[in-house]
Order: sequence, then C-alpha cells, then structure tokens
Amino acid sequence: MSTGFPSAVLAIVRKDLRAELRSRDVISVTAMFALLSILVFSFALELDKVAREEAVSGVLWVTLVYASILGFNRSLALESDRGVLDGLLLAPISRSAIFLGKLLGNFAFTLIVLVVILPLMHVLYNKPLLSGWLIVTAVIGIFGFCAIGTLLATMTVQTRAREALLPIALLPVALPLLLTAVRATNGILRDTEWQVWLQILCGIGVIYFVMCWLLYGYVLEE
Amino acid sequence: MPRLLRVLTGVAILGFALTFYLGFFVAGRDIEQGEIQRIFYIHMPAFFGAFTAFGATVLGGVIYLWRKSDIWDKIALAGVEVGLAFALVNLVTGAIWARPIWNTWWTWDPRLTSAAIMALTYAAYLMLRAGIEDPNRKRAFMSVYGILAFVSVLTTLFIIRVVPETIHPVIVGASPQNAQGSFEATSGVITALVPSLLLWLTLMPITLIWHRVRLENRIEAVRRLKLSVLSE
Repeated sequence: MSTGFPSAVLAIVRKDLRAELRSRDVISVTAMFALLSILVFSFALELDKVAREEAVSGVLWVTLVYASILGFNRSLALESDRGVLDGLLLAPISRSAIFLGKLLGNFAFTLIVLVVILPLMHVLYNKPLLSGWLIVTAVIGIFGFCAIGTLLATMTVQTRAREALLPIALLPVALPLLLTAVRATNGILRDTEWQVWLQILCGIGVIYFVMCWLLYGYVLEE
Repeated sequence: MPRLLRVLTGVAILGFALTFYLGFFVAGRDIEQGEIQRIFYIHMPAFFGAFTAFGATVLGGVIYLWRKSDIWDKIALAGVEVGLAFALVNLVTGAIWARPIWNTWWTWDPRLTSAAIMALTYAAYLMLRAGIEDPNRKRAFMSVYGILAFVSVLTTLFIIRVVPETIHPVIVGASPQNAQGSFEATSGVITALVPSLLLWLTLMPITLIWHRVRLENRIEAVRRLKLSVLSE
C-alpha cells in the first residue's frame, strides 16, 4: 500500500510545522539571528543615509541567506538526531515527496523570517521594501535558495563536520541565484531595469528546483 | 603505463612546447599591449581546460549515479583536481596580465568574482569529500555535488553576456562596452590561439585525468595492502 503523492507531501509539511509550533526550535533561532544581523550590519557599515540606500538589498539578502542556513541546519539536524529521516525512508512514499515536503517546510520557515525582517528593515532603513514586486522577488529567490539548501543540508547533516560544512557547500553553488536576486531587488528599489533580472531569477530558480528534485533521491540512500 | 597513455603524454608535452613556440615567436607583438598580451595564449585556454575537466566531473557523477561503478567516481575526483589546477593557472595569469593593463592585480569585476567563486566551489568539493567517512555515501554525495557545482562554471562563461558592466574583454564576438584591454584577433593571434586552445581543451585534461585516476587506483591498492598487513 502506498500513500498518494500530494498527501505524502502534505503529511511531511504538517509534521514539520506541528513540531515547530510545539518546540519553536528553528524559528526562534533564525528570527533572532536575522534581527541581530540587521542591527549589526548598520553598526558595522556605519551607514549614513546614502550608504544605507546603496547597501539595503545586500543586507536584506545576506541576512536572509545566513538565517536560512541556520534554519536548514537546525531542521535537518533535529530530523537526523531523532531518526526521522530513517523513518521517512521506511515509509511507502517516493523520495521526491520527501524532498518536496522538506523543501516546503524550510520554505515556510524562511518566509516567516522574511515576514519579520521586511517591515523592520522598511522602518529602520527607511526604504520602500514593502512593495509588491519586491516581495515577489524575495519569495522566488527564497524558494530557489531553499531547494538547494534542502538538498545540501540533507547531505552535510550526514557528514562528520555537519553544521560547519553547509555554508561552505551552499554559498558558492547558490551564488548565481543570490546575484540575480540582489540585482532585481536593487533595480526595484532604484526604479531602474529590474524585469529582466526577475526573469533570470525565475529561470535559475526553476533550473535549481528541477536539479535538486532529480538529485535528492541519491543523497537519501541507506 | 598503458601504451596509449604514454603516447598521449608525449604528444601533450610536445604540443605544449609547440604552443609556447607559436605564442612567443610566431604570433606578432601586440601594438598597444606589447609582450604581455602573449599571456593570453595560456590564460584563455586554461579556462577551457578547466571547463573540460569539470565537464568530466559532471559526466563521471551522472554515470556513477546511474551505474554505481567506482571508476566513474575516480574520474569525477580527478576532474575536480585537474580543473582546479587549471582554474588557478587561469586566475594567476589573468592577474599578471591585469597588473600592467588594468593597473591592478585584482578588481571586483563580475567575471573575475565569478571565476574566483568557481575555484572556491571546487575547493569546497574537496573539503566536503574529506568530511564524509562512509565510502559509498561519499561517492554518491560527491557525484551530486559535482553536478551542481558545474553551475559556477556556466556562470563564469556566460556572465559577461548577461552582466554588461564588466571590464573583462571578449575576444570572440563583440566586446562589452566597458571592456578594457581588448585586442584584435589578427591572423597571428589566431595561429597561436587555436592550437593552444585545442590542446588545453582536449589532450591536457584527458592525459592528466588519466594519470590521476591511475594514482587513485594505486592509493587504493596501498590502503588495501596496509589493511591486510595489519590484520595478519
């Protein structure tokens, strides 16, 4: 007997969200980190008005990326410590359902971080960050980033150094995504050409998603 | 050593000497840049050598995941090491050329940045590989990572077509608007470039990867011998 694909995905997402709701292990850490990161950036860069406007999209994305790396590590480490990954592998569901379930869980956590920091940066950096297209860009960028993050975190959580290896493996591979996301965000904020960057971002996001989807089965064996 | 490998090695060494001769003596002296322009006959071919080697990593990774035979994982690993060496040749020669032409060793140009990140990606491959103990898991994971890492190679290749504000010149096709240090592809340039490019694109990486795979086989044999001695 096997469970249908959508219900398997939903079950995994629901499991992740419920566990998170009870423990708040991931969100509390990542949201706190994101807040601190925004504040530390504004001190470290000694931002005056002009510099703040130039740096805002970079600060936004670097904060999102590091916070989500923290989240991926945390969520996958909890899984493997409690033997949940083995349990999922024993369940009569396809590997791609596991990928999609974990991806949507991580995506939801990172979106919550976005919901926390976007209004805050809007106020603190005094830039119109709460515009429609900027949110669309952020959501697409985060989705692509979560796809690679889910795949690589599943890999690194099974290695000796664990947490330390994820940023090393993830950042260089995710760079094209990050670069186009920063460009698009910058373009929207300055009202220069941004449509083409958003299109490239969508393209890269889809490519990454498909690649990770196809490769995920191979990092779950044994 | 297999006969074919011996022949390949000999031809590669001779070919390398020939491309040096072509680059230094047959190609003319560039009017604007002078002798330093000759480094281009190594700089660009080295990138494409890295391209082939990293391509071998993708091929090895895909076939390993499909067939699960160790030899393809060894080819993938050899591709990373050879490609990383070529990428470093590419970066160093570029810096040497940029010093007199751009008046700086390094600048945060999109293509330069992306080339540096490409090298870092494959350095991360080696670190990640060293961190996984279980051999079967190591092979499967590194095949996956080797396939993903190729994105950084494609980014480096195409970034100057996408991000227009680069100062890195393009020799084939129209140079970006802001490119500094372009030169014309005269017949002398082409005579020196094409053989060098072909050599770095095919013979050099293939020969080196083959040698590296043989070395890996020996490392494995030594490890097995050690174990059998220890167990006695």
